[in-house]
Amino acid sequence: MHIPDGYLSPSTCAVTFAAAAPFWYIASRKVGRMLNTKAVPLISVVSAFSFTVMMFNLPLPGGTTGHAVGMGIAAIVLGPWAAMLAISIALLVQAVFFGDGGILAFGANALNMAIVGSLVSYGLYRLIAGTSPLTAPRRVAAGGIAGYAAINVSALMAAIEFGIQPIFFHDASGAPLYAPYPLSIAVPAMMLGHLTFAGFAELVITGGLVAYLQRHDVDLLKATAPGAAMGMATSWKATRRLWAGLAGLMIASPLGLLAAGTAWGEWGVEAFQSADARAEIAAASHNVAPPESVPAGLEKLSSFWTAPMPDYAPAFMHSHAFGYILSALIGGGLIILTFLALSAIAARLRRATPDAA
Amino acid sequence: MEGEKGVLPQDTGENAPPQPSPQGGGRASAVPRSHVDLAGTAPPSVSPRVGEMAAAIGGFSAAAQSVSRDVGESGTPRSKTNRRLFHTPSHLLHALTHAMEAEDLAGRDGLLQSLDPRAKLAGCLLLIIAATMLHSLLGLVLLFALAVALALASSIPLLRLLKQVWLGVLAFTGVIALPSPFLVSGKVIATLPLLHWSISEQGLRSAAFLIGRAETAASFAALLVLTTSWPHVMKAMRSLGVPVAVVAVLGMTHRYIFVLMTTAVQMMEARRARQLGPLKPADQRRLIASSAGVLLSKTLAIAGDVHMAMIARGYRGEVRLIDDFQFRARDGAALLLAALVPAVIFWMQR
Repeated sequence: MHIPDGYLSPSTCAVTFAAAAPFWYIASRKVGRMLNTKAVPLISVVSAFSFTVMMFNLPLPGGTTGHAVGMGIAAIVLGPWAAMLAISIALLVQAVFFGDGGILAFGANALNMAIVGSLVSYGLYRLIAGTSPLTAPRRVAAGGIAGYAAINVSALMAAIEFGIQPIFFHDASGAPLYAPYPLSIAVPAMMLGHLTFAGFAELVITGGLVAYLQRHDVDLLKATAPGAAMGMATSWKATRRLWAGLAGLMIASPLGLLAAGTAWGEWGVEAFQSADARAEIAAASHNVAPPESVPAGLEKLSSFWTAPMPDYAPAFMHSHAFGYILSALIGGGLIILTFLALSAIAARLRRATPDAA
Repeated sequence: MEGEKGVLPQDTGENAPPQPSPQGGGRASAVPRSHVDLAGTAPPSVSPRVGEMAAAIGGFSAAAQSVSRDVGESGTPRSKTNRRLFHTPSHLLHALTHAMEAEDLAGRDGLLQSLDPRAKLAGCLLLIIAATMLHSLLGLVLLFALAVALALASSIPLLRLLKQVWLGVLAFTGVIALPSPFLVSGKVIATLPLLHWSISEQGLRSAAFLIGRAETAASFAALLVLTTSWPHVMKAMRSLGVPVAVVAVLGMTHRYIFVLMTTAVQMMEARRARQLGPLKPADQRRLIASSAGVLLSKTLAIAGDVHMAMIARGYRGEVRLIDDFQFRARDGAALLLAALVPAVIFWMQR
């Protein structure tokens, strides 16, 4: 996933540097304030650690080996801000000194892996672990899932950066100047390896590390687990079946493709215009024929909002089943995030009220 | 994995008081100044610690490989999976020998070695930018030829560049560029027999762009690190506006990469010395995860020790670098020439 020089145009490199810069600035301010004189040695040594962890070979099912990037580990132990600095430094050393990843592409690599990777893994870890006790198995699962999701989001970012190159940059003959593949090829090609092998390596390393720390050095997990001591041991058990059920439903979501006919009442403007769709509407409505023309209100409002992922399949996705699962993941994630944001606001209000009184 | 913590009982004595070497972190902050004195007998360009550690790791790795080969030859079919785990030391060894050889090359007499590191760093960056913005294949070939000429003038063996940069980049980028002639649409210039896949001119050009750019940019980056010692590269970053704290962190990171790699290799070796027969893949994964855990605990302990060592030596949060570079006329000329390349390309592609 380390993007070398020559794959991205200079303007893409500049944009990614510009996008990463505010994060670096905020992170260095926060870390400096938090750690004071301890920041320099801590970030240095943790960078060296993430560099070393990238060299561990992990045997994977299927007879191959892979190495983890370790972005989840740093975020879980140090929090996202220190982690993004440490991993950025490790990436810079790799780019300059070991030729792994480009120098101009350092901004893109840092954005994908250090910044987005740290934020995603920290956010998911906190989200899934909740207030469970430090030694709860739920934290192991949270770590594993956080690592898996972080590396996949990073890979998706890299794939999108690759995929937009042929849209913008051509020479006079129309030959792509940089990474040549459009999104429809770049995204599946990148994600295939990361959803399987690389993701699995990250899952094992991050989850395994949390499990190890729970047994031998549980204090290291404290920094990113505020409120863990108050958590009830049963909270994960109580909701475990619900989470498993949700995961099952997401995976089963492509079953919708098997269903015959249309969803009653969920018709679009096009459905009233094609003969086949009109017949389906009639069949589903006890043979009552739909109106001859498109209802005026429907026609007027239909152009008001266009979905980012129409028909549960993003434009670049050719596999419908995969599109369904991705839509389920994104949709489910958005709903969970909304509820968490609401409950965080509610908790803050609740805390604020007694103080005011 | 109950033995993980006990794997290296002797290790705490060896690694606990980490000593910043005269290079790397050595010059980066207030602490190491005393270390420069301590290590005064060592030649300034070669770090004795790096050599020592590389030798140690070399020994470990050779032992590890010979043992795993024995297992592989006499063992059960599963021993094959076992050997894979112990690729780790050779990985680490590779990185270390790399660093050693780079120090040796940086000490030789040559064109690039004689330039000011700041001019070299800025010049290499400008040339990498030039390689990235070029829209002409002929121009890329010329830039690549410039990289080869610079390598020859700096007595860097081309075989070394071939092994370290060109083959590696070709293996990675070549695989990515390979489908491009078939996938990119455009003017069809040939068709594969039997498969009937059409090859487009645009696809071929785009594959050539990708490989040419990646090779050229990687060559310039390699020329920089092969002709400049790492502490110099980092100090030169100051002149490009990199914050002083980042330069200090980079220096210390580079130093502790070697400390942690040595620790990792020792841990693997100690674990293996107690192991009879091959491990199941699931156990190997558990072993790797817990090794990472042990390493993390050690890492944070080291960070605490280093912090106290720095405070004891007068570190109060500001970092000072000793700046002893001299910018001469030839450095200015070299930088000007390097800046001309992207400027001319920009002007011609307007």
